[in-house]
Amino acid sequence: MPTFLQLTLDALTLGSVYALVALGYSLVYGVLKLLNFAHGDVVMVGSFIGYGALQAFGGAQSPAVPVWLLLILITLAAMAGCAVLGVAIERFAYRPLRNAPRIAPLISALGVSFFLANSMQLLFGAQQRDYQSYLLSGGSLYFRGFDVDTVHVPLLRIITISSAFVLMAILWFMVNRTRTGRAMRATSFDGEAAAMMGIDVDRVIVFTFILGSALAGAAGVLLGLRIPTFTAIGFTLGLKGFTAAVIGGIGSIPGAMVGGLLLGAAESYTAGYWTTSWSDLVVFSILITFMIFRPQGLLGRADIRKV
Amino acid sequence: MSDTTPGDPNAPALPEAEGPAVGRDEWVARHGERRLTRGGRLGEMEDRLRAVPWWAFLILFLAVASLMPAVEASGYVRRVGFDTAIYMLLALGLNVVVGWGGLLDLGYIAFFGIGAYAYAIFDSDKFGIHLPTIVAIPAITILGAVIGLLVGLPSRRLSGDYLAIVTLFFLELFETVMLNGNQIFGHNITGGANGILNVDPLSFFGHTLVTQHQGIFAVSYYYVALAVFAVVFVALRFANLSRIGRSWRSIREDPLAAEVMGMPINWLKLTAFATGAGVAALTGTIETSLTGSVFPLNFSPTVLITIYAMVILGGSGSQAGVVLGAILVNVLLQVLENPDQARVLFYLMIVVGVLATFRFTRRLAVLAVETIVLGFVIHAIVSAVHPSWATEGHNGFSGLMSHWVLVPENLTPWVGQVAYGVLIASVLGITLLRGWARVIALPPVLYLAAFVWENLMIPNPGPTRYIVLGLLLIVLMIARPNGLLGERRVEIV
Repeated sequence: MPTFLQLTLDALTLGSVYALVALGYSLVYGVLKLLNFAHGDVVMVGSFIGYGALQAFGGAQSPAVPVWLLLILITLAAMAGCAVLGVAIERFAYRPLRNAPRIAPLISALGVSFFLANSMQLLFGAQQRDYQSYLLSGGSLYFRGFDVDTVHVPLLRIITISSAFVLMAILWFMVNRTRTGRAMRATSFDGEAAAMMGIDVDRVIVFTFILGSALAGAAGVLLGLRIPTFTAIGFTLGLKGFTAAVIGGIGSIPGAMVGGLLLGAAESYTAGYWTTSWSDLVVFSILITFMIFRPQGLLGRADIRKV
Repeated sequence: MSDTTPGDPNAPALPEAEGPAVGRDEWVARHGERRLTRGGRLGEMEDRLRAVPWWAFLILFLAVASLMPAVEASGYVRRVGFDTAIYMLLALGLNVVVGWGGLLDLGYIAFFGIGAYAYAIFDSDKFGIHLPTIVAIPAITILGAVIGLLVGLPSRRLSGDYLAIVTLFFLELFETVMLNGNQIFGHNITGGANGILNVDPLSFFGHTLVTQHQGIFAVSYYYVALAVFAVVFVALRFANLSRIGRSWRSIREDPLAAEVMGMPINWLKLTAFATGAGVAALTGTIETSLTGSVFPLNFSPTVLITIYAMVILGGSGSQAGVVLGAILVNVLLQVLENPDQARVLFYLMIVVGVLATFRFTRRLAVLAVETIVLGFVIHAIVSAVHPSWATEGHNGFSGLMSHWVLVPENLTPWVGQVAYGVLIASVLGITLLRGWARVIALPPVLYLAAFVWENLMIPNPGPTRYIVLGLLLIVLMIARPNGLLGERRVEIV
């Protein structure tokens, strides 16, 4: 039986990755009012790019560069690759449908999701890819760290949690303290009015996809460092990501973080105290409860329908 | 609205307008007018076809379908026919939700699974319950509809996106519950990953329909599926023509306006949702009675996207359309399994696509010559430099094509990966080009596409079929959201 502290550590690690995924959904939903079903698959592609970059630098056994630099480089590679992918998806699958009925881009997104997952399977096979992070500098990512009570907090966990929070802080800064961020907030508040005020809405949307997909790429690498990745993870991950976004309040950035952490907590405490196989059921119940009693989520603003 | 009659004064007068149709706006009405004024032999033929009542088409279709086993008696054809009928049923059910109700139901396959599992539980040795078919099928259909109602309930006051989330999660949950259903408080209910085996075949009044007859698939199941299809088709047709069908279409077109007109939109959404779920559950029972077993992975999201591709390709909202879509997509999936047929299909689609884009113009001639010459030049150069890269000598069509497209004996994985990536990038890039630039740039892309198809996609039919379906959905939504037979809808802002 794992202790409460151990489970809390799991919750934080899992939750910070979910939060990164949820942010991608939230950002895109904010400006486009579109559920980007392909987002989970972008995370999966990110973890594959990270794996590829890791192999290009000589693999986990004998990397060509110092470990700290290696980790930064593969994360940046995944972020850049996913940003390009996200922009391409927006340009070719969503932009032509900007003025179509609401259901059209959703179906297109479903198509993109299947296209990505199966393309990756066609190219790289269905087998698992293990980053083998336990080999990095003789396993010190796991041995090092500090102890709280009886629980060992490995360095890898610290890196995962802290880099997720650093990324979220950077995102918060970009959205709240830069010109483009202000344009994003304006567009998400009222796209039409923003366009009339001289904001280039297309540019804002592209920027949003770059931000969201880059976070997805980082999430993919953070995930891949801990567990082996394969092409089918995108679907479940996407589902968890947008559940987190809904819990926190879709369209709200702090909401996505809170939602991700809550979801991580729900999953790891269920797994620890009850059973792993029913954790989906618990998450689903939370989702339904939120939908019935607080559809705008924890931190979202209530949706006012204008006629 | 109709005071601007276009065309010459000698044209026959337009038929009297039937009055404003529900769920149509001016643009759609004009579209209808344009269709009426379409001249020429094609327009005449279209008019005549439109005059034929829908039940005549249905009877003709059923007659042709029932004669099929007589023409081709192999078990394979019967089985494909049965599967197609199952897909047609599923597409009809999804059409109610997506096409008429305008709701995005991503958990549809879960109701198919619920029907299948319910039948397996109530009609097998698993618990020793053997309900008569005549009781089990209607009861399970109602059960499916009721569960559909319950699943739709939480999202009733929310927008379509939330319904999509809840239903998609429901599908995921269904799979989880069925996978772990062998340990619910110590009881084994669903058999977990091993599923439920030895499910009863259909039986009517003590007469059992065997699934296999002398080693090949019994034809009776094909007819049962066809009969159920006919009943469901007609029932849904009548529902659509009635008051509730009009209400469904009105909430699809403009829920706000419908609400203002006093329609109970939440209740209407739920009924559309539940009707679809009921049809899916019914289909599940028939499928399971034939296969005799259920497994959790039979109801994965991959089945969902197949059904969606059928509905969107045929034209959501049109019953004939989704049936056509179901047939086309199922045939497509079968063709992709067979390398030779998949090869022919690919080149056929290229030729048709290029013809449809360029018609018989100078550009087409340039394009054709350029493509053919490019292929032979590349082939000649490569076979001179690196002979093992250009294998030849198969018979038939593939032998013919192997003089043009490169088919290396052993393709190094990274070559295929790079070729695929470059292909995707260049296809996306070419959509941005216009005019002669596109004609010049197209041949290398076509050649690359042929190379990828021959070397990467034909040997891997598993992922290829879902790549094709995924692409189909994206391209259709952008280029022709009304599908083959659907009516074009306009968003009113």
